[in-house]
Amino acid sequence: MDAPANRTVQSVGQGREGELLEVAMGPQHPSTHGVFRMDVVLDGETVVKLKPVFGYLHRNHEKIAENTSYLGSMPYTDRLDYFCSLSNNWAYALSVEKLAGLQVPERAEYIRLITAELTRVLNHTCLVGFLLQDMGALGTPLMYAFREREKILDLIESLTGARMMCNYMRFGGCRCDLPAGWLDEAKKVVAEYPRFLDEFDKLLSGNEILMARTQGVGKLSAELAISAGITGPMLRASGVDYDLRKVDNYGIYSRYPFRVPLGDHGDVYDRYMIRMLEMRESLKLLEPALNDIPDGPVVDPKAKLRGFRPKPGEAYGRIESPKGELGFHLISDGSPNPYRYRVRPPSLINLTILEDMCLGQTIADAVITLGSVDIVLGEVDR
Amino acid sequence: MLGTGILKGMAVTAKNFVGSYHDSEHPLTTSEYPEQRIAPKENARQFPFLVHDTEDAMKGLRCVACQICEKECPPQCIYIVKSKDKRADYKGQMQLYPVTFDIDLSVCMSCQICVEVCPFEAIKMDTEFELSNTDRFGGLLVNKHQLAKPNEHYRKIHPTEAAVSDASLAVEVAKAQAKAKADVEAKAKAAAEAKAKAEAAAAAGPIGTAPTAPAPKPTAPAAASAAPPAA
Amino acid sequence: MPLETIEQILARAEAAVPGAQLTIVKNDSPCAQHSLAVDVEHAYAVAQFLRDDPQLRLDYCSNVTGVDYLDAELSEKVKVKKLVDGVEKEVEEVKKTQRAGYLEAVYHLYSMALKHGPVILRQRTPGRADPVRVTSLTPLWRSAEFQEREVFDLYGVLFDGHPDLRRILMWDGFKDYPMRKDYVEPDDYEYEPTPHDEVLARAKAHQAAREVGA
Repeated sequence: MDAPANRTVQSVGQGREGELLEVAMGPQHPSTHGVFRMDVVLDGETVVKLKPVFGYLHRNHEKIAENTSYLGSMPYTDRLDYFCSLSNNWAYALSVEKLAGLQVPERAEYIRLITAELTRVLNHTCLVGFLLQDMGALGTPLMYAFREREKILDLIESLTGARMMCNYMRFGGCRCDLPAGWLDEAKKVVAEYPRFLDEFDKLLSGNEILMARTQGVGKLSAELAISAGITGPMLRASGVDYDLRKVDNYGIYSRYPFRVPLGDHGDVYDRYMIRMLEMRESLKLLEPALNDIPDGPVVDPKAKLRGFRPKPGEAYGRIESPKGELGFHLISDGSPNPYRYRVRPPSLINLTILEDMCLGQTIADAVITLGSVDIVLGEVDR
Repeated sequence: MLGTGILKGMAVTAKNFVGSYHDSEHPLTTSEYPEQRIAPKENARQFPFLVHDTEDAMKGLRCVACQICEKECPPQCIYIVKSKDKRADYKGQMQLYPVTFDIDLSVCMSCQICVEVCPFEAIKMDTEFELSNTDRFGGLLVNKHQLAKPNEHYRKIHPTEAAVSDASLAVEVAKAQAKAKADVEAKAKAAAEAKAKAEAAAAAGPIGTAPTAPAPKPTAPAAASAAPPAA
Repeated sequence: MPLETIEQILARAEAAVPGAQLTIVKNDSPCAQHSLAVDVEHAYAVAQFLRDDPQLRLDYCSNVTGVDYLDAELSEKVKVKKLVDGVEKEVEEVKKTQRAGYLEAVYHLYSMALKHGPVILRQRTPGRADPVRVTSLTPLWRSAEFQEREVFDLYGVLFDGHPDLRRILMWDGFKDYPMRKDYVEPDDYEYEPTPHDEVLARAKAHQAAREVGA
């Protein structure tokens, strides 16, 4: 093998024997959650340098969007973070609504909250499964997580017609109304979900191996997290109380009480626990929302499907997606296509401090640190 | 005690393992495809098809080749060539029809935007998902003969949606018929009035006022032209 | 805590950073997120003021992005007083101005401490020809690191003071800047023979070229 990435480099001084090993982890590596590469320099097993390399899944989403109509970009947003297409839809719809000044009917707001929170539960369920897979708990936790995820995917499929590429929200509402009996199904899933969380907690949260592997690993201080623009569960695990559902009060989140779980060590264990707790809070939000949902139209009658041309101007809209702040910056010049369409990808920006978190740790810890960031390459590379 | 957490976890896996055989609360979540098949969800969408109303698929296509879906399709996978001549659609109105209507299956991303923007209820989503093909190029380019499916098929796979679609089409047809009828009646009435006026004018003619006399002439062709749509 | 108006921020920033040329960029959309355009020389000082000022404390730089404006002819309706038939009247006239193209780096700033925002900061380059330089704000906000790299990668804007300005999404040997409005995609990759005439013709041309080459 003469793979250039796997060569050894000259040993550096510091009066010690041994040499540094430069390893390209990825783009084809099971622990990198897709086509992501980390160029790691190792001293023995200790990471002394780590450079993330992106772009293997780059398709210039933004350029594509600037060449299609506003509506035409909606299905492409599904493909950013393909676990949470409904949150992506919402973020995009919210930005366009800000840009064009559209109102969302009451029922649509409820549907949006319900689907977004279901998506959050779904994303966190997958994440804890993948994280434990990264730690070497092969199979079992991930399969349990996927078993539960399937129930939510069934709900999403019967509502939107697709399991993952939902393409459901529209500017000023949602594409279609809930099918008959959907609410009862959803209530059933929501009522049963805490049982899975209890089971998962019993299975793992008290597990000594898990604690030994994760506590004190991949620490991130609150100051660095804020400066590096970390958002979502990553930020809150470091103890910063910043949840856009509370800060921006978008949608109808202000109507229901829910707590924002905060960590205080900012390590991998905290990030794991934050996700477990956030799922419980989401379920608490879902219960009353599923009961209170009013009748009515699901889309603003003023919103045009075809020939949609917002007036010139710009808008930045953001929501708390399961991975962090997902924002869309749109500039309109009055034509049917956006003049500028920018996605603020939480996954990419949360990787800014990957090197800081991994330095001085072993390579196996770097893997779970990356796992706890929760990235999806569709969004990182766009 | 160190290790309790691990033992507790083991108990959970044991419970799940045994439960998957005996416990109704922990059923197996997988099914043996392709022997076992789960019926697709009513809203499921995979690939578009063209709806036709009559026995002869090509004559009964609802599509009028307006090319809206071609323009709106985000990945640009639809290709339409308009016809030169026109033919009567389901309302009896003369419309164009597609000479070519191809969808590239390898490009289509099942987003359903073509269905949403279609004003003629002509393109709908199918729930068929076994679309693999051995011919990479020709086999994945689906033409209008392969795309055409009867309305009964639509009613079968999406009953709720189809009911709404059928109702709206029925309203359109009723409106068109009412309009045609009203047109005929209005024209007949106008003709009758004109005739009455002409007769009155003819009767009054000998006494004097000439200007009213030419009036019946323009209405006569109008009455004549009103006849074909009624037929 | 409500945020000050953009005019107040501008006045205080001008007072705090002598010599800074700040202008307000109006936003006509219903969300009315107006922004501050700052000259490249004073961008760092103004940004530092925005971050450290106790009333603003914009400690969180959410979004950094580039925008490309080509040379354009702008038409604007202006009311002009004119003599029409001997009477002075107000008449609407279309005034045409030439706008030289420029590139822009846009920063969306929020405060996590005071939970307000956004304040939008824009740095504009004088023209579009290389090299186009603006000041990097990565030393102030780490979150700008990858995003400024992305703007450099896709728009070719150079950020002075950036610690590690390399391509991020495109590969290192790539020459052009794909998000620029005048980017022409190279005719060097294969097309699948889709039914579209134009694409089919190009695919055939490529196939022929490859056969000749082989």
